Amino acid sequence: MMTILIALAALGCLTLVLAILLIAANKKLHVTEDPRIDTVEAMLPSVNCGACGYPGCRQFAEALVAGKALPGKCSVSTDETRAAIARFLGVALGAEEKRVARLACAGGTNVARNRARYHGVKSCQAASLVSGGGKACFWGCLGYGDCEVVCGFDAITMNAFALPVVDIDKCTACGDCVEVCPKDLFSLHHVSHRLWVNCKNLEQGEAVLEECQVACTACGKCAMDAADNLITMVNNLPVVNYSKNHHTRIPIQRCPTGAIVWLDDQLGAIKGTESKKIVRKGQRRAGIT
Amino acid sequence: MKTESLWYIFINASLINNFVLAYFLGICPFLGVSGKKEIAMKMGGAVTFVMLIASMCAYGLNALLIAIDAPFLQLISFIVVIASAVQLVEMFIKKMSPALFRALGIFLPLITTNCAILGLALFQTNLGYGFIEGIIYALGAGVGFTLALLLMAGLRERLDFADTPSVAKGTVLTLFIAGILSLSFMGFSGLGG
Repeated sequence: MMTILIALAALGCLTLVLAILLIAANKKLHVTEDPRIDTVEAMLPSVNCGACGYPGCRQFAEALVAGKALPGKCSVSTDETRAAIARFLGVALGAEEKRVARLACAGGTNVARNRARYHGVKSCQAASLVSGGGKACFWGCLGYGDCEVVCGFDAITMNAFALPVVDIDKCTACGDCVEVCPKDLFSLHHVSHRLWVNCKNLEQGEAVLEECQVACTACGKCAMDAADNLITMVNNLPVVNYSKNHHTRIPIQRCPTGAIVWLDDQLGAIKGTESKKIVRKGQRRAGIT
Repeated sequence: MKTESLWYIFINASLINNFVLAYFLGICPFLGVSGKKEIAMKMGGAVTFVMLIASMCAYGLNALLIAIDAPFLQLISFIVVIASAVQLVEMFIKKMSPALFRALGIFLPLITTNCAILGLALFQTNLGYGFIEGIIYALGAGVGFTLALLLMAGLRERLDFADTPSVAKGTVLTLFIAGILSLSFMGFSGLGG
């Protein structure tokens, strides 16, 4: 009994002394920070996504108040919030063009073949560990939706053909999906980059089409007649040089498989009129047909 | 009371019984902030600093607990006192030296009741170290921690450019290296006898 009392008294005294010390220190040693930091932080979305390049919203707010960053860097806030912060701090908005995550694969279940059936944890990360997943195309989207799960803004949904679709309005370009995709299919792009290579297959030749009907066969037609070297072939894939004038739809007309598309806000990915039409609504069968 | 030379205590804590690589304490910051050498250095500095504070607190507190005949309160009171002491010092630094706070500040809350810190306080008490010996022990442990962190950061910086199989990338590889580092530190085990 005595021991319990001693223990209680000792700990009670200890915590009391420490509490008083800490309270006193908090009063005495209080550092007056710029109160604007708190205000700005409250205006920020406090999701700490890191898309602005700072570790969290607090650090971004500090940088904003210190004048090291401009409100436009925050891609999560709405336009009104960004403008409000800019007004509050009396700085320029520093509007950055909106960036979104884009998937470089069109191989849904209706066009791409599987070479094996994967039974296991329904996760792309897990599936890719088993010799790269069940898809015939080694580079293609596995379709288990790790990106849909990781997206904190509900911007990614899986469509009927097990391909992720990015909601441009909701996407904040935080880069979570870029990191999680084991096939590195996502990348962040400005919304004005409409000419888009929708494939990552590095193989060359018609045989690729056995695996996926919308794959790039590396025929090089798009690159050959692209003005001003807009498109170059690198590792059997066309690469669009976005620093050049890329507002042209000619390359999509040159693509026989529709691997190069024009991304339209309303209509989605538009293929060239010459490319093969894909009408299959069901799953493409496995094996050689 | 053991009669060990201070130099032996220092070597013992930093190399032979390295907190990270021999005792496996403080693995969390070891894996977490060993990505870059500069940050590892700062973290090491912060840990050494907190260890010194913890050592002094533990010494005083232990004397107090023996006086009131309640050594069983060691664990809980160590945690409370070390955490508060670090908090106090953090406030103090923030007020007095903003530059130092910016260098160490963000790490301090991370390590206040880290197992390496608490382990140090408990080891030191169990080994029956006095005040000076305790400080040397803390210094040695801090230097050892910094060394382990720096070695790790150096290796990881190199490995960023190495072609590693994708299965082993990230935490897995870090744990591999930690194991190998730990093995190599076993070589010191004969040093002090």
